[in-house]
Amino acid sequence: MSDSGMQTRLYELERGAVDRDDPLQGELMQLNMGPQHPATHGVLRLKVTLDGETVVAVEPVVGYLHRGKEKTCESLGWRKFFVHTDRLDYVQPVLNNIAYALALEKLAGLELPERAQTIRVLLMELSRIMAHLIYLGTTAIDLGAVTMFFWTFNEREKIYTLLDAWSGHRMNNTYVRVGGVYADLEERHETDMRAFVEQFPARIDEFERMLTRNRIWYDRNRGVAPISGADAIAWGLTGPNLRASGVDFDLRKRQPCSGYEHYDFEVPLGSDGDCYDRYLVRIEEMRQSVRICRQALDRLARSRGAEFLAEDRRYVLPPRADVGRSMEELIFQFKIVTDMALPAGEAYQGVESSKGELGFYVVSDGTSTPVRCHIRAPGLLSIQAIPVLAEGRLFSDMVAIIGSLDFVMGEVDR
Amino acid sequence: MSGLGRLEGAFGGVEHVEVAAADGMPCVEVERDDLIALMTLLRDELGFEACTIVTAVDHFPREPRFQVVHQLLSLRHNDRVRVHCRVSEDDARVPSVTGLWPGAAYFEREAYDMFGLRFDGHADLKRLLMPEGYGHHPLRKDFPHQGIEPDRLYKEWDRARRHAAGSQG
Repeated sequence: MSDSGMQTRLYELERGAVDRDDPLQGELMQLNMGPQHPATHGVLRLKVTLDGETVVAVEPVVGYLHRGKEKTCESLGWRKFFVHTDRLDYVQPVLNNIAYALALEKLAGLELPERAQTIRVLLMELSRIMAHLIYLGTTAIDLGAVTMFFWTFNEREKIYTLLDAWSGHRMNNTYVRVGGVYADLEERHETDMRAFVEQFPARIDEFERMLTRNRIWYDRNRGVAPISGADAIAWGLTGPNLRASGVDFDLRKRQPCSGYEHYDFEVPLGSDGDCYDRYLVRIEEMRQSVRICRQALDRLARSRGAEFLAEDRRYVLPPRADVGRSMEELIFQFKIVTDMALPAGEAYQGVESSKGELGFYVVSDGTSTPVRCHIRAPGLLSIQAIPVLAEGRLFSDMVAIIGSLDFVMGEVDR
Repeated sequence: MSGLGRLEGAFGGVEHVEVAAADGMPCVEVERDDLIALMTLLRDELGFEACTIVTAVDHFPREPRFQVVHQLLSLRHNDRVRVHCRVSEDDARVPSVTGLWPGAAYFEREAYDMFGLRFDGHADLKRLLMPEGYGHHPLRKDFPHQGIEPDRLYKEWDRARRHAAGSQG
């Protein structure tokens, strides 16, 4: 069993209390959880050592969904890799696209038109709601509240329909481009999105009525696996998992991209950093996302008809109609499609995703072949923290802990 | 003009070279022997509480081949810093920063897995994403994207399975 030796192991402190000669107490059991266990939300495998019902040690084993995304980026080139970013955290594809696009734009030094930024903010917040709904539904069904799964997936389906109307795909849209988005949001899309946003707070109230003061939900989450703010930082937790421990750090506020500084919203914080706080933070984040969506829709209504794609023929495809008429535009199109090069250098862009800080570190040598594209997956660090959170606790808490950390293996394994 | 901002002149005795990064992030390059001294300084004196990235870039066939990249975040001061450290292929070793940031353990395992970099002082340095016994380091530039013997581990497993089935009669 691996032991990094750095974490506090509650069990070690209490081990003296266990009588090893007593046949009912002394024996340790190895239990293999996953990689096909439904409560691991994908293909996570956990090697758990149990003493009775107490978790003595946990060793997460990841990599079952490794598809070599970073290597693929080096072979495909910057532009074609967009398709692959959808499949990282597949419950919020648009947000991954945007994070990747932002990293490339940072390296290229590209300025975005205001409407493109507003569309992105709107889509990022819808993605956040989508991802938090998955968290809520799957965690609740793991802890026995089957109804929640249907309620949250109902809401997710509505967002899928909105994205379908905009891009023609429910999932994996790949409709974000360097320099903006592929297609503008039309008035009918905005109307539908506003209708969704207006009805959604009532749904959140429903979710809360179902869970927040529910005896079973409360008992299985309150006080389970708390982590202090300092520990959460040291172990690299970010996003809602960090803020549940009371650390006020949200990249949307502190290092805003896409014009988040112009939006009025609050950053919900927890205090104890236990599973219940992680739940409350995510519920409140959905409410704040609704606030941002409303403001973004207001901004979109004011800027209708404005540019939604930057004008830069090194990175942005010319309009299709012009390609047939102009030789220059045809050459630009050919150059961008076959070998779009980024300036030499390195850039990092961290974005507040629903799981934490999703970062893309890109290195270019000035040619069209990427030197390196490193994806900082917040979920990987959440998984790393499972032993810290779970050891010394009851095995039945394990499912609550895994659910509350909220990771997606597509992103963790890359 | 320096891109280091508030870090200007703060590194005291640690030798470093300032690097201009395209994204404007403060960026320094240090020798491997000075890495831990610099990292300790950054964490304890300059308030970088979190380690957000440990990875590498392969500059094959140029030497020194690997560029190890550490990226730190200060929540208090709301800024980031990037530290480069070049190591050659023959001596691909870097001191581990897990003593400073326990959360860097998985990053270092991943860099070991993907590039074959050894992190001295890491308590449990083994592959993270690729299976045990894989034998290659896939993110190295001389590793082909299609893979080398992609089905070798499967064949070994299958042979063992057939063997076991045969011995049972």
